[in-house]
Amino acid sequence: MVNSAAKLHVDNISLGFGGIKALQNVGFTVGHGEIVAVIGPNGAGKTSLINSITGFYRPQTGAIRLDGVDITPLPPYKRAQLGIARTFQNIALYTNMTALDNLMAARHIHMKANAFTSAIFYGLARREEIANRQRVEEIVDFLEMENIRKAIVGNLSYGLRKRVELGRALALEPTLLLLDEPMAGMNVEEKEDMARFILDIHERQKMTIVLIEHDMGLVMDISQRVVAIDFGRKIAEGTPDEIKQDEHVIKAYLGQEI
Amino acid sequence: MSSNIRPSGVFDTSYAQDIALNRTRADKWLSNGLFLLLLLLPLLSSDGPLGLNIVPTLWIGTLNRIAIFVIAVQGLNVLTGYCGQISLGHAAFMAVGAYTGAILGRQLGMTFWLALPIAALVTGLVGLIFGLPSLRVKGFYLAMATLAAQFIIPWLLRYPLEPLTNGSRPLDVPVPTLFGISFAADGAMFYIIIPAAVFLSLAARNMLRSRVGRALISVRDNDIAAEQMGINVFNYKLLAFFVAAMFAGIAGCLAAYNTNSVSLDTFLLDQSIAMLAMLVIGGAGYPLGPMFGVTLVLLLQQIIIPSLIPPLNNVLPGLLPFINSVNIYAALSPLIFGAALAIFLVFNPRGLAHRWEIIKIAWKLRPFSH
Repeated sequence: MVNSAAKLHVDNISLGFGGIKALQNVGFTVGHGEIVAVIGPNGAGKTSLINSITGFYRPQTGAIRLDGVDITPLPPYKRAQLGIARTFQNIALYTNMTALDNLMAARHIHMKANAFTSAIFYGLARREEIANRQRVEEIVDFLEMENIRKAIVGNLSYGLRKRVELGRALALEPTLLLLDEPMAGMNVEEKEDMARFILDIHERQKMTIVLIEHDMGLVMDISQRVVAIDFGRKIAEGTPDEIKQDEHVIKAYLGQEI
Repeated sequence: MSSNIRPSGVFDTSYAQDIALNRTRADKWLSNGLFLLLLLLPLLSSDGPLGLNIVPTLWIGTLNRIAIFVIAVQGLNVLTGYCGQISLGHAAFMAVGAYTGAILGRQLGMTFWLALPIAALVTGLVGLIFGLPSLRVKGFYLAMATLAAQFIIPWLLRYPLEPLTNGSRPLDVPVPTLFGISFAADGAMFYIIIPAAVFLSLAARNMLRSRVGRALISVRDNDIAAEQMGINVFNYKLLAFFVAAMFAGIAGCLAAYNTNSVSLDTFLLDQSIAMLAMLVIGGAGYPLGPMFGVTLVLLLQQIIIPSLIPPLNNVLPGLLPFINSVNIYAALSPLIFGAALAIFLVFNPRGLAHRWEIIKIAWKLRPFSH
């Protein structure tokens, strides 16, 4: 079923590494402006799913469609140019850059300077720097990271690094935001901050968000729909309330016999 | 970074001010003044038109060599320091630039001013070819792959291209002229080499603070994230190889026209490794790293160690009777050089440029510690 109205359509993808089947016929759609959570026990294939959407992995069968367009053959950097941005489970920032430069680096696809105009700097490159700096400062403002703007991200605390990473994804100005465990390893206060940021992004920018998260309380609170995965297969899909009652999900999490 | 700490009382009121290289009027005067002062140096030497003997003529030659290597190591800094790709073939790229420039000037009678950019472009393209393995391999494996350049290029220049390059024997290079003025005099090349080094260093600095530089550093810091943030990683690796080789080509071409001869022996593996050492000692990934590293290494090699030898000559033959006292310079200079480098790396593992940043921060924050 090709749903042209869907923002993202994961069309029955299968992904294997040698004998290991990471994903088997996983398919679901995400509508425009929806928050969808992907849940599942460790090793279920959630991150493989995100990696297939961003193009880091290429599924052997099935297709990924963005706004109805098949993007399966595209390399990751082209998918980013089409408006897919992500954060990583194990923070993958540019460690030696400042927080500001990390965000500016994500403006890459919105800037034009080439090696030559960059080397000359005055003129095009400088104008572009200033214009994009303005956009980045809006994000800095929004994520309340004015005071760490010029800190080297390698020196920041875990929670702040996660926030910089969210900022970097936003600096791309994506239309589809993929968050891989945005709240892993955070304390309650940091989790609440992050949940607030995610809801704000969703409200203000009408952003479509796919998120992986282990904190079920949070997942049930902020997501509109939930997709549950276990052993590389989709075992359930529905509203948070439906998922809470779903026997397959309960079995996957509690190992209970049905 | 020290640039993020403002001297007390200096506030940025616009983004333009925040990204400027010279933030205050004093900075601007200082940098322009130093450049002018540098250009005045040859006039103060005994060869200068004023007949003064304030600056020894030897210094001008040393400064020329320093500036040439600053250009080459700036290129290596773009490749290794910013983009994180190790190259062990940098001296071979210098050879390509030197021979291309020399042959264009000799055989085709081309003017230096045209031969230099063509040599730069040719070297850039050669660098591109040897950058191709970076698509698949990283780190030590890439170092091995670039080592191929260091063996293939000198071999090509020595044997198959012998009719053009004169093989192992030195090749004479014509003297550059501009509007009938010849650059034959000893200090004259200074006025080509120093501005070239300053402008190319500025170009590298500018690249670093804009879109391309950030993309290169992204590739170094996290290539997987960079790819998923919209950066075409392979293109930027190749760009780094192209720019690095181009800088090496310019340096090689300038070296050829500076000494009016090219010899393959100056572009071998030891030179590639020496340039990597210069970069690491100066501080890889810092815009000022090449300046510090090249200056320190060349001063050590050409001035400090030679000046240490005569006093040692009086003492050492008694202590080390097995070394022929005539060969004592040849025997000891690598030893002292190696020891000096080891000491510098132990105390400055991130390079002199990093030490310089620390000093600048302490100066701006004085009298407080943070």
